[in-house]
Amino acid sequence: MTVVFGIFLLTLLLITAVAIVRTKNLFVAVMLMGIASLLIAANFFLLDAADVALTEAAVGAGISTVLFLGTLALTTERERAPTSRKILSFAVVSAAALVVIYATFDKPRFGSPDAPTQTHVAPWYLDKTREFIDIPNVVTAVLGSFRGYDTLGEVFVVFAAGIGVLFLLAGAPGGGKRPAPPGSDVGLSRHLIPRVVGRLLIPFILLFGLYVQFHGEYGPGGGFQAGAIVAAAIVLYALLEGEEKALQVIPRRVLLGLSAGGAILYGGVGVAGMLLGGNFLDYSVLADDPVKGQQTGILLIEAGVGLTVTGVLLSIFHAFAARGRQA
Amino acid sequence: MNILGIYYYWVFAILLMIGFYVVIAKLNLIKKLIGLSLFQAAVFLLYITMGNVEGASAPIYGFGAETFSNPLPQVLILTAIVVGISTTALGLGIVVRIKEEYDSVEEHEIQEMDRR
Repeated sequence: MTVVFGIFLLTLLLITAVAIVRTKNLFVAVMLMGIASLLIAANFFLLDAADVALTEAAVGAGISTVLFLGTLALTTERERAPTSRKILSFAVVSAAALVVIYATFDKPRFGSPDAPTQTHVAPWYLDKTREFIDIPNVVTAVLGSFRGYDTLGEVFVVFAAGIGVLFLLAGAPGGGKRPAPPGSDVGLSRHLIPRVVGRLLIPFILLFGLYVQFHGEYGPGGGFQAGAIVAAAIVLYALLEGEEKALQVIPRRVLLGLSAGGAILYGGVGVAGMLLGGNFLDYSVLADDPVKGQQTGILLIEAGVGLTVTGVLLSIFHAFAARGRQA
Repeated sequence: MNILGIYYYWVFAILLMIGFYVVIAKLNLIKKLIGLSLFQAAVFLLYITMGNVEGASAPIYGFGAETFSNPLPQVLILTAIVVGISTTALGLGIVVRIKEEYDSVEEHEIQEMDRR
């Protein structure tokens, strides 16, 4: 049954990808990209990666689509140019595809427990999570504690990308920011059905975001997913009620504070470990009992991750939206 | 199970190459970024496929499962997805600025304007 379902999803994915290449309408391409993300998320779920599926669904199908649509509104919806050097590109790509497909014959059997990937560090992580950290979700344990350095780096990359977008787009081209004239058609507020359904959904999306954040140690979830979900809820609010209202709820300065504050909280937990006599990002010294310390540390850094991701994604969204109003 | 395995790897290869083709053959900058996202998605798919263990369940204790899939690729890809959207947003920001300066998002038109 899984085999049939997997082949079905993958075939749909390939069809979607081909359609994305062929369409000249960028709006259609972006929508198809959202569908492709959802199909990939379903695939991740089939492959036992619940955490990743949750992230891909929230980020790929939600936030990414909104950002691409924002860009289309500021630029163009149609692709004018003809495809360049079609035959040469196709030849290069086909040759590369043959090499990659040839390489797949040397890969270990799909799902094999004896593959090198499965026998290296993974058993150690699965084994020691109970002893050192004692939380059920091994993905969260590896993300937060065993590979905490990686995650710290990722958080800083997200933060840096957010700052980069603000540098590019926050400066107004023609001087000060013009607010939308009052009473004008902002957002989707004139449309009855999106407004009613959206207002009903937003509190539950926020609640789900908080659940995903704080339940990340026990089930699929954590800061990255929760940050994307909360940001998606506020983006929905901005689409329904107009961007100004969303900025009244969470002003730009607060968003910047969230982005920086989350990264600082993460780094601060690391430094606190050093001050208490451990290594950087060693949570064991944070409490009397090393296991309790690990759990406290993971809870704190996940909160930091969630704050930064929410802040950065919303800052980026508002930067694009404000640009559209000035144009 | 083996058919599905080979199929997963091939879908990865084809998806990767579709993304690559869009990046090199299409001249529209937004389309190029869409292609880059497809390329990225293919890599994600490969990692998660490699981490899967037959008959295992998601690496979360307490639901009665005995064997678990590999948590490490999942961690890497989870963070990569969020970093990916941030870098894509940066790329889109650059596209918006290019549109404002050159009034075009087509690569050949921009290069022509630069030559003059």
